[in-house]
Amino acid sequence: MAGPVSDERTAVVLPAEGPLAPPARQGERTLERRRRAVAYLLLTPGTLYLALFFALPLILIIYTSLKSGGLLSGGGFRFTWQWENYTDGLATYGSFYVRSVVYAGIATVACILLAYPMAYWIAFYGGRWKSALFFMILVPFFVSFVIRTVQWRFLLGDFGLIFGPLKDLGLLPQDFRVLATPLAVIAGITYNFLPFTALPLYVALDRIDRSLIEAAKDLYATKTEAFRKVVLPLSFPGLFAAVILTFVPATGDYVNSSVLGGPNTTMIGQIIQTKFLVELRYPEAAALSVVLMVGMLLIALLYAKALGTEDETLAAGAGA
Amino acid sequence: MPEVDVRLERVTKRFGEVVAVDDLSLDIAEGEFFSLLGPSGCGKTTTLRMIGGFEDPTMGTVYLGGRDVTDLPPYRRDVNTVFQSYALFPHLNVFENVAFGLRRRKVPKDEIATRVREAMRLVDLEGFEERRPAQMSGGQQQRVALARALVNRPKVLLLDEPLGALDLKLRKQMQLELKRIQQEVGITFIYVTHDQEEAMTMSNRIAVMRHGRIEQLGEPEAVYENPATEFVAGFLGASNLLEGEVKETNGSGLATVLLTAGPSVRLPVDRLPAGATGRVKVGVRPEKVSIAPEGEAGPADRNTVTGRVTMSTYIGVSHQFKVQTAGGAELTVYVQNLGAERSPAQGESVVLTWKPEHTFAVEPQEDLTSEEDEG
Repeated sequence: MAGPVSDERTAVVLPAEGPLAPPARQGERTLERRRRAVAYLLLTPGTLYLALFFALPLILIIYTSLKSGGLLSGGGFRFTWQWENYTDGLATYGSFYVRSVVYAGIATVACILLAYPMAYWIAFYGGRWKSALFFMILVPFFVSFVIRTVQWRFLLGDFGLIFGPLKDLGLLPQDFRVLATPLAVIAGITYNFLPFTALPLYVALDRIDRSLIEAAKDLYATKTEAFRKVVLPLSFPGLFAAVILTFVPATGDYVNSSVLGGPNTTMIGQIIQTKFLVELRYPEAAALSVVLMVGMLLIALLYAKALGTEDETLAAGAGA
Repeated sequence: MPEVDVRLERVTKRFGEVVAVDDLSLDIAEGEFFSLLGPSGCGKTTTLRMIGGFEDPTMGTVYLGGRDVTDLPPYRRDVNTVFQSYALFPHLNVFENVAFGLRRRKVPKDEIATRVREAMRLVDLEGFEERRPAQMSGGQQQRVALARALVNRPKVLLLDEPLGALDLKLRKQMQLELKRIQQEVGITFIYVTHDQEEAMTMSNRIAVMRHGRIEQLGEPEAVYENPATEFVAGFLGASNLLEGEVKETNGSGLATVLLTAGPSVRLPVDRLPAGATGRVKVGVRPEKVSIAPEGEAGPADRNTVTGRVTMSTYIGVSHQFKVQTAGGAELTVYVQNLGAERSPAQGESVVLTWKPEHTFAVEPQEDLTSEEDEG
């Protein structure tokens, strides 16, 4: 099929150049054009929505990030190409970006390690309970994210539901703590983002044709080999999506670090949130957001590029 | 007599309440092309899967080359399978698909290359090594599946309706190809199909299955010419079955059966079902029947039935007639299109004749009507 542009052009030119164009073909063209119009029409609401609520705010954020001044002092913000918002922001908060990426990275790995066996078991052994079992992974979603995280404070508190009794029994030292440590934040992120990891993994695993595993076993593969050489590579698209869907939002998360963390576990999302909503320093907050977004895009692109030819790499790997 | 390669001894497989394979015993000789034929749900695939190790028999023993393999997993059996869906690995190219089994068995690299090339030549797919399965046609994928199994040089190759997804022309071509390959490699083939023509084209022996049991086992010709049961007569090719009653078995080796629909016919005594007395169904294949205008009396030593043509169909290679007898029975007749004779028209009265030795008889089976629903 020809591209839409060239097609459109011939359709317009034909009547002028070739008055003898058969009517049937003209009818076909009208139909073709109408079909395309319908496609555009269907895309319109979504496009408008995205333009209004995604593109426009994005532009406004970039615009804001180059302003100077303050709401409380200085009599409002002015657009002054204030690049210092970026340079100062990076210089001051660089380590928070690194911490966010590290926490999100560890949490993503933990999510995969937890979700993969779970999704695998449900997809392969769930039988007629498959959907019900998978639904159970999603049930926590029906309770507010913040509430769930706050509950963890009670569970993990220094003298809370879990550690209190253990300390009373002398099984743990009195100064033992989890709350306000990186462990608490990473565990919180892992817990909150697990469904995002499990969903694409489950879909990918569930789609694998069972006869492929039988074929592998028929061809002398043990259970482990059948998993390594067939199931794992075929679940790769799901794994790829799971990593992106978990890692990207986890890096920007601020709820877990605010609720479960302490002064030494602050993540970049928390800084941005404070600057926006508490300190009302919009330009600096906007600049930090843009840096986060661009950084995440770069990481995602590099990740996709590194694993984009995965199929071939895996094929070579299976050969080894 | 060649060595027995595969032996099933009183094998039963139950899935819950359903008995898929019912106390089945079977010997398959080395190098044989053996077909399990039957409608869906007859237990043929379950039987194959038990030989492959994909199902555990509920009872009974499976022997491969004299060794009890009942409890061995598939990867420890010297058997390979060509799956109905081909089950090619979509993430691997054709070379790696074919090499999969050899790699698992840690065959040296250069030997793998040689053997894969050899297998690709065998199935006529040289030059396709780098392709992905998704980039190939159904027929080509079928060949890859075959190469992937044969490259391991198994003792037995199991084929589960491997041609089911191909169109008719390709299927016919692959039937011949499979037969050629089997003769070339000399491996025992066990072939599952519901297509009786396919089974007859390729097999040395056929087991016709129904309800988890073997109804008849034998060479294609024997099974076709002398079906043991009404089910086999109907499943394997077309049959005219006429109800009747055994009247006498005289000394010349011919028995006489009085048809419910009219005259009596004769058939060799040994074609009667064992211990048959009273009611039987007499059968004759449509191509064995000659059709002639009424009044043209046939030779006296042939079975003769008169009737009226109710339908005359031109099929090209043959004419097909439906003839209603005076007694109400309907017979189908195929006449090869030699272009010589004038063919009877619809409504015309005709005489049908056939040789007694082309006649067989089976015991009536009551529960045949439900059979079609299972398919």
